[in-house]
Amino acid sequence: MDTLMLSRILTGLTLGFHIIYATIGVGVPIMIMLSEWLGIKRNDVHYILLARRWARGFVITVAVGVVTGTIIGMQLSLLWPSFMKIAGQVISLPLFLETFAFFLEAIFLGIYLYTWDRFKKPIYHWLLIIPVVLGSSLSATFITMVNAFMNTPEGFTMQNGVITDIEPLKAMFNPATPTKVAHVLSSAYLTSAFVLAAITAYYLLKGRNHEYYKKALKLTLIVSFIFAIATALIGDLSGKFLADYQPEKLAAAEWHFETRKQAELIVGGFLTDDLQIKNAIKLPMALSILAHGNPNAEVVGLNEFPKDLWPPLYVHYLFDLMVMIGVYLTLVSGLFLFFWKWKPQLMWKKWLMALIILGGPLSIVAIEVGWIFAEVGRQPWILRGYMKTAEGVTTATNVGTLLIVFALLYVILGTLTVYILTRLFKKNTPEIELEKRGIIL
Amino acid sequence: MSLELLGITVLWIFLYGYMIIGSIDFGAGFFSYYGKLRKKDHLINGVINRYLSPVWEVTNVFLVFFFVGLVGFFPDTAYFYGTVLLIPASIATILLAIRGSFYAFANYGARDNQLFLFSYGVTGLLIPASLSTVLVISEGGFITELGDTISLNMSALLSSPLTWSVALLAVFSVLFISSAFLSYYANKAEDLEAREVLRKIALFSSVPMMISSFVMIFFLQRESAWHFNQLYGYAWTFLLGLLAFLTAIYLLYRKERFGIAFLMVMLQFAFAFFGYGASHLPYLLYPYLTIYDGIVNQTMGTYLVIGFIAGLTLLIPSLILLMRLFLFNVDYVKGNK
Repeated sequence: MDTLMLSRILTGLTLGFHIIYATIGVGVPIMIMLSEWLGIKRNDVHYILLARRWARGFVITVAVGVVTGTIIGMQLSLLWPSFMKIAGQVISLPLFLETFAFFLEAIFLGIYLYTWDRFKKPIYHWLLIIPVVLGSSLSATFITMVNAFMNTPEGFTMQNGVITDIEPLKAMFNPATPTKVAHVLSSAYLTSAFVLAAITAYYLLKGRNHEYYKKALKLTLIVSFIFAIATALIGDLSGKFLADYQPEKLAAAEWHFETRKQAELIVGGFLTDDLQIKNAIKLPMALSILAHGNPNAEVVGLNEFPKDLWPPLYVHYLFDLMVMIGVYLTLVSGLFLFFWKWKPQLMWKKWLMALIILGGPLSIVAIEVGWIFAEVGRQPWILRGYMKTAEGVTTATNVGTLLIVFALLYVILGTLTVYILTRLFKKNTPEIELEKRGIIL
Repeated sequence: MSLELLGITVLWIFLYGYMIIGSIDFGAGFFSYYGKLRKKDHLINGVINRYLSPVWEVTNVFLVFFFVGLVGFFPDTAYFYGTVLLIPASIATILLAIRGSFYAFANYGARDNQLFLFSYGVTGLLIPASLSTVLVISEGGFITELGDTISLNMSALLSSPLTWSVALLAVFSVLFISSAFLSYYANKAEDLEAREVLRKIALFSSVPMMISSFVMIFFLQRESAWHFNQLYGYAWTFLLGLLAFLTAIYLLYRKERFGIAFLMVMLQFAFAFFGYGASHLPYLLYPYLTIYDGIVNQTMGTYLVIGFIAGLTLLIPSLILLMRLFLFNVDYVKGNK
């Protein structure tokens, strides 16, 4: 394999591994904040303990998130030096601000973890989690701005490889920024809440039925449902954004070749070698609605673009998978809330717990495929319209060896995270902790 | 001050910050493992863990800040250093990854696990050594240019005595800075046993540190004449550094004023570090890259400075809060909280 392919795989591998921890890093502080707040407001020790235990597990994921984030930060310059030379000139402001947000999070997480029970008024301790929430969400925002810029570069003029007329704010707030940032944040909150819900449901399924678990599941699923709806709404806006600014990405996702009105949405199916769609469900006019909010609107097809600028067509499967998981998460969390309100006798049924557990890993899968869709969907560009991915890659050799070494590192880190987290929570169950703190079961 | 000079000064200050905080952290990690190995952990590990736990995550940010800022102010460095540093920087990030995550694994999940502590302690000394190779590369002579591509001559780098003397200096400096800080911290905690162990390490490690710094300058003269000639103009900074060092050693030896002693250590490295940096200018990578090449666009430069000031107004109060709650909180240091 050539350096280009190896570099793409290595970048993809690092980011693919990092975003699992990054997503948890953005979403879990919100859950900790909510839980501690409820605990203080209702004077309920269960919620406080919940916040404490989540925070303890969070530290371990943060550590891996920080180190893999450092790796990807360096790899950008190591593997894509020519790209960073350009991007560095136009987009270094959000990159720079991202490190400040990261600083804020790092400082206050340290303080938060070591000041439980140190203040007379518990609310003071709660206030310390706010900079953590702000820092993690802001760093996601800034880094997503950089990625948005790669999709719709703006705020500079490039002539013969020379960049002039830089407008840093215009580059930051490019057309892709609003939908991308909103989608990244909302899906991170959704995923984190659902992962925590899945863990709780697992305990309930195994027969632990303390009030503590039930409160945890209610809280996580309310948050999941809210952000599932929000993510779907933002997803719709993202479709409209793509139709206006990156029509080739939307067309590739939907195997939409001919420009036409009343375009149909393709669900599932597969594509033959001569680009015939087989076994798909075709929803009439749905793509026109997704793209322009109007069933009669015209949607640009892939044939309008030269074939060497087409994204790979397999992105359709990724897009479908992401959307289907999104629907699944909405339905499952919605069902739980429906039972809570109208059929409480069904709320804790084993089959429902099993469905919730399944939603945990699925939500991570959705993050991964959604991200791969977004990234592969802008190929062959690294900077859409300005620089092809092949032009940004390093001229150094040895990328193959590094790929193996880093893959090994991620396997080790991933395995150890799971091992350490299970060990941490198995040895010290909520029941033991409640008893230790003198709370009657 | 011109934008390029302002940019490199800001970045150099951050790198200095990383050097001090990182050294304390790297050294502490090593002592922590060493203490366990020699069954002296009951003596020193309390102090070390109390210091490390709340700040371990912050250290890393200084480094990230430096390289993001470098690419921001000097986009061409991404091209040059990015291309040649593929192997050395990857090794450093792998070590950083092992170290950072294993600390969390050891202290938040599997306390007292020997393997985790071993990886944590040993990587703590390998990271400064591997990061310091960048300083050697920046002296020039290790890069070959072939048409459009540049590449690093790894075997030349590894066989150069300058590389090894810089790496040795980095390791001994880490041990010295860290033990000097921790003896001050132990003194504050009134943990005299720990203080004595650490004070001795500080005194002992100062000798090889000084020797290796002279060896380093000797090899710098041989391998990098251009830089050595420029060093003359800054000889006074190194003399002041030496003075600060001698004061620190005197105070540590007399068991007096540990706070001032550590301040002197910080001054010693500040003089040496800024003298070294200033004499390296205007080159970022000799002879390919100076601070005047590929400096970021003026507009972006202004925005970066504004962003930087805004960030600092947020950062400095937060750091002060962190220090007041932990480092300089007598109750916390003594282990009452």
